[in-house]
Amino acid sequence: MSTVTAPSMFAPRTGFLARANPVVKLLGALLITLVIVVSADPVTNAVALAGQLVLLAGVGLGPWRLLTTLWPVVLAAVISGWGTAMLSTAGGPVLLHVGWVSITTGSLAAGAAIALRGLAIALPGITVLLTTDPTDLADGLAQTLRLPARFVLAALAALRLVEVMVTEWGVLAAARRARGAGGGRGPWNALREFGGQAFTLLVQSLRRATRLAMTMEARGFGAGPRTWARTLHYGRVDVLVGAAVVLTAVGALAVSMSLGTHRFIWQ
Amino acid sequence: MTQVRSTTARTSPGRGPRTQSWRVVDIVVAAVLAAVCAVIFWMWSNLLYPVVATSAVAYPPSAGLISGGWLVAGTLGALIIRKPGAALFCELLAAVLEGFLGTHFGWTVVISGLVQGLGVELVFLLTGYRRFGLLVATLGGAVSGLFLGVSEDIMYNYEWATDQKVVYAVLTTLSGAVIAGALMWFVVRALQATGVLGALASGAARR
Amino acid sequence: MTAAGPVPAGAAVELRRFGWHYPGRQDASLSEVTTTVAPGERVLLLGPSGAGKSTLLQALAGVEQDPDGQSGSGEVLVDGADPRDARGAVGFMHQDPETQVVLSRVGDDVAFGLENLAVPREQIWPRVRDALERVGLDLPLEHPTTALSGGQKQRLALAGVLAMRPRLLLLDEPTASVDGQGAQELCGAVARAVRDEGITLVVVEHRVALWESVVDRVVVLDEHGRVAFDGPTHETLHEARALLQEQGTWVPGWVPETRPPAHRSDSRAPATGTGTGPASRAPSVEAPATVPVTATATATATAAATPAASDGAVLLSARDLAVSRVQPTRRAVARRRRRARAAWRRGQEAPEPAAVPDVPVAAENISLDVRAGRALAVTGVNGAGKSTLALTLAGLLVPVRGTVRASARLAGDAPRDPSLWDGGELVARVGTVFQHPEHQFLRPTVRQELEFGPEQLRRRAGVAHRTDPPATEDDAARVAELLHRLRLADLADANPFTLSGGQKRRLSVATVLAAAPDVLILDEPTFGQDARTWQELVDLLVTELDRGTAVVAVTHDRDLIDALAAEELELGA
Repeated sequence: MSTVTAPSMFAPRTGFLARANPVVKLLGALLITLVIVVSADPVTNAVALAGQLVLLAGVGLGPWRLLTTLWPVVLAAVISGWGTAMLSTAGGPVLLHVGWVSITTGSLAAGAAIALRGLAIALPGITVLLTTDPTDLADGLAQTLRLPARFVLAALAALRLVEVMVTEWGVLAAARRARGAGGGRGPWNALREFGGQAFTLLVQSLRRATRLAMTMEARGFGAGPRTWARTLHYGRVDVLVGAAVVLTAVGALAVSMSLGTHRFIWQ
Repeated sequence: MTQVRSTTARTSPGRGPRTQSWRVVDIVVAAVLAAVCAVIFWMWSNLLYPVVATSAVAYPPSAGLISGGWLVAGTLGALIIRKPGAALFCELLAAVLEGFLGTHFGWTVVISGLVQGLGVELVFLLTGYRRFGLLVATLGGAVSGLFLGVSEDIMYNYEWATDQKVVYAVLTTLSGAVIAGALMWFVVRALQATGVLGALASGAARR
Repeated sequence: MTAAGPVPAGAAVELRRFGWHYPGRQDASLSEVTTTVAPGERVLLLGPSGAGKSTLLQALAGVEQDPDGQSGSGEVLVDGADPRDARGAVGFMHQDPETQVVLSRVGDDVAFGLENLAVPREQIWPRVRDALERVGLDLPLEHPTTALSGGQKQRLALAGVLAMRPRLLLLDEPTASVDGQGAQELCGAVARAVRDEGITLVVVEHRVALWESVVDRVVVLDEHGRVAFDGPTHETLHEARALLQEQGTWVPGWVPETRPPAHRSDSRAPATGTGTGPASRAPSVEAPATVPVTATATATATAAATPAASDGAVLLSARDLAVSRVQPTRRAVARRRRRARAAWRRGQEAPEPAAVPDVPVAAENISLDVRAGRALAVTGVNGAGKSTLALTLAGLLVPVRGTVRASARLAGDAPRDPSLWDGGELVARVGTVFQHPEHQFLRPTVRQELEFGPEQLRRRAGVAHRTDPPATEDDAARVAELLHRLRLADLADANPFTLSGGQKRRLSVATVLAAAPDVLILDEPTFGQDARTWQELVDLLVTELDRGTAVVAVTHDRDLIDALAAEELELGA
């Protein structure tokens, strides 16, 4: 039994961006992501990344906390950059040659651009995640964006159970060890034990799901039109956030186009 | 005021397509299924992280071999809920929740979830949501894997040499077929034996 | 349905030849139930497990999960209408606290039902506050629901139901997963609500004493799902008493008769714990004084030898123990185990676990001895660290401070520290039964489930001696005997997950006994069980005690402590 704790998604949030409307943040993140996804050149991505780093100040976490939260994303970006450096066909002087792998200045540049881009793509979502309460997000999705309320609310209720499932995973490991399971060595045994544990978690979760459905149905869920107890606020914060996002997205495109470096991924 | 509580008003008995609309229990089970898939996938990546990172550093396309793990929610959703859109909803939500847990949530996660879910959904759509056998499940996993491979080649791997992109897509397809397809069909069969699917179409189908 | 409307009166319930037959089952769950409940009437519905009580309530609530739409027959009417068309008029609660909470903030959760009923926003929050007050939950609306105890979650669920202003309240074993005080509070809140507003109440519960004073009518079903008794509370409970006892209902003032253990525990308890009150409750019959047997005196006995039934030798002892759920990572635990085992092979004492800084400790300063043939009950309020202590004793958690040591006799050819044992070593020495039986199921049939423990032992023996595993005839005999003893023989080929609650509980104990451990550790073994299962469990545990097995039970159950003549260790008092 090890202590793996889920990131607490329902913890209270502080910081400037936490006060912004979830829909504004979500659409803002969409805009920035779109610009980066379609652009392949490093200049666009670098400017977009710079803009986002400024926005990160509004998350309300210190630099150290930010770094400890973000390191998996940074690592993933570096790995994907490395992959590209290995497999890119870009030419240039060879820097490293091992077996069939050869890394050239061209491929290294491509890899660096990919790593930069990976980070720039990941950040908008993380910024939203770190500053938005899931309940508020669900309200925004259903009330403002008009996504089907039944599905949004069921997803929200399921999200609450994630924490329960993570706790149960640890209990399951201990309960199975008490029976003598998982004693074997080697990857095959580890895999089998993982599968067994996952299956039991699946069974427990499905049981829970049918009971939860009963609870929700008895409380009138899914019967017809519904009202909303919570109101969504739009205010000056949202205008500011919106402006910053547009500036970042448009600015990134403007800079790279004026420098003549802009390139779409299909070009 | 209803009459005798039987049957035909709500559902049509027999083997054909039952009611295609979603009941509350279908929606909630689908959502929780997506959540548990996200949790299991998260544990899976914690367990395998060193292996995956190493293989991705050594030969990047090999990461495609375990990408089937991303896709289990789609096939499980289709096989368990048996409603139009179940695969899409489960895969999309699972992708978003995986993003939450691994703190890499973003719009790209939403795009991936949609594309991959669409892959499975298409296969079950073509059967008219009538067939849920091993073959269809495997096919669903494979198409989902193919969609994953191709979409990632376009979105992230565009700098790779073309033959490496092809290798990646082939590996994701294989992985999808085995892990998300065939394996999940056996998982659903084992779930049916436990009785937890009793309230759902997949649970009733066994009787 | 308006906020300023008159106080709603109770709804009338009518069942006309209502029956329920799940597809694929041999017998109907309910057959031809015809009865009416008058507005404002308060009914306690009793019957054996599997008699379809839950199905009946679900049908009345309009939430039954009918897989093929062909299970029901007859009519169910609430105020003359189909309950599914009367959302909000019927409030329904079941026994699982975790799935009665829908949203993550207390206020939002209570408001959920009102939103679904399309109550205008300005009326929602006053009704939410009012409902929370009525169930006695004095918490801010933003309070996170994950931070609530099981009893609080049930009261929150009741608030969510009451906020909808139902005219019929249906409760399906609402206190089965809640401790004694939580059950009292919930019951009190229900009683106030139904009396103040004249709500019709139908409650299913197998602990009669709790609801006796709340209800005015009792309906008893027989095992075929037919009405056997129906009448005013007092008279019906009296007339149906024999049938209820046979069905396993906990009727007031009755504890099923069980055989006392041959060796009653010594009242001079050696156990101590933080803030422990009187460490032991003297058993009703004073035990004959025993000659204390020290661990060294029995050190020569091998683990394989059958321990004498009543020698009371110390098998497992804890000294100055501090326990915590927060554990080092899986890798760190594995590394610790490897190193300590290597040291042990070289003949060195395993190093003490390095204290992990800043770990929240569940319980500390615990010293106790677990003795062969004796029962030890670990009691205390919720959150006192009882289960954590049990798992630490069982070698499943690493202590924060202090030691757990097995006697030489128990350890045999393994290290003395139980947390260093591998799966095979563990099952032969300490068997742990978790609170939730399904957590420990590993195999697709009951028989394979029972064979699993012995298989682990054999595999180990094969590895240790590099020989073929010994013959399996003994195992087969033990499995057959357990199947018979636990009345599971007919279910040998059933999937464990499909068993009833009582059957699952018996199986989870049996799977652990199959490996014949010398110490048995159980977490709340009798929680939520009916009187029949309770009786079977106690008889089983007494048999094990008489064989010389040590039993440690984490429990709230006074009757269990008395029946096992257990020594008591109270944590965090």
